[in-house]
Amino acid sequence: MSEEHKHPSVDVYLRVAAALVILTVLEVGAFYVPAFRPVLVPVLLVLSAAKFALVVMFYMHLKADNKFFTFLFGAPLLLAVGVMAALLFLFFGALTLRGAAGAG
Amino acid sequence: MVGPYPHEILNIPFTSVSTFDLLMSSLMMVLALAAVQRGDMRWGKIWLFSTALLGLVFLGGQVIEFTEFVHKGLTMSTNLFGCTFFVLTGTHGAHVAIGVLWLLTLWVRALQGKLGPANAMTVEISGLYWHFVDVVWIIIFTVVYLIQ
Repeated sequence: MSEEHKHPSVDVYLRVAAALVILTVLEVGAFYVPAFRPVLVPVLLVLSAAKFALVVMFYMHLKADNKFFTFLFGAPLLLAVGVMAALLFLFFGALTLRGAAGAG
Repeated sequence: MVGPYPHEILNIPFTSVSTFDLLMSSLMMVLALAAVQRGDMRWGKIWLFSTALLGLVFLGGQVIEFTEFVHKGLTMSTNLFGCTFFVLTGTHGAHVAIGVLWLLTLWVRALQGKLGPANAMTVEISGLYWHFVDVVWIIIFTVVYLIQ
């Protein structure tokens, strides 16, 4: 139990903070650089997912905890992402059908 | 359909500073926990107060932003963006406010000598709440502000 509950060192905390700052700078940079426009959404999602993972794994020390907690956190998260994706397809699908019906 | 719309009103540089502020508050929080765990209550108090202070700064930024948006004609009833924006960021701000009160309570207890390594779990749990607030903002900043 105590092995699983080891906390990262201050050095790790500082490195994670530096990484979070760099990732945020990259996010804002990608927003302002025109060349990223075609791939802006996936780039931003990947960068924010990386920030999310760093905070959860190290600051909330999920990485050092029992793997059951990773499942407890990750499974509902996957479910939530799946529901959001389904809603996106539903609404975009409805818009497409409405557009096709209007044209026809 | 009426404006203002996201690209007309969102201030990315200003919100980027708020994001940095909240990220740094998470760092302060883990430093506070580390200090309490090793029994260094002087730094524990300093980091706890710093976390709460950065949370207050973030809330101040939200107040400024909300006020500016209302003056520019964006309210909860203006359009769908206004409704979802204020509900989402307002709810998040309420959670930050609760977190600030929680942290200040811990800070006062530390000043009274009632917080130490024996009850470091108290600080850890408050830290988990604070990081959750930060993580939600990471998502909001990306999805609402950057992916307009």
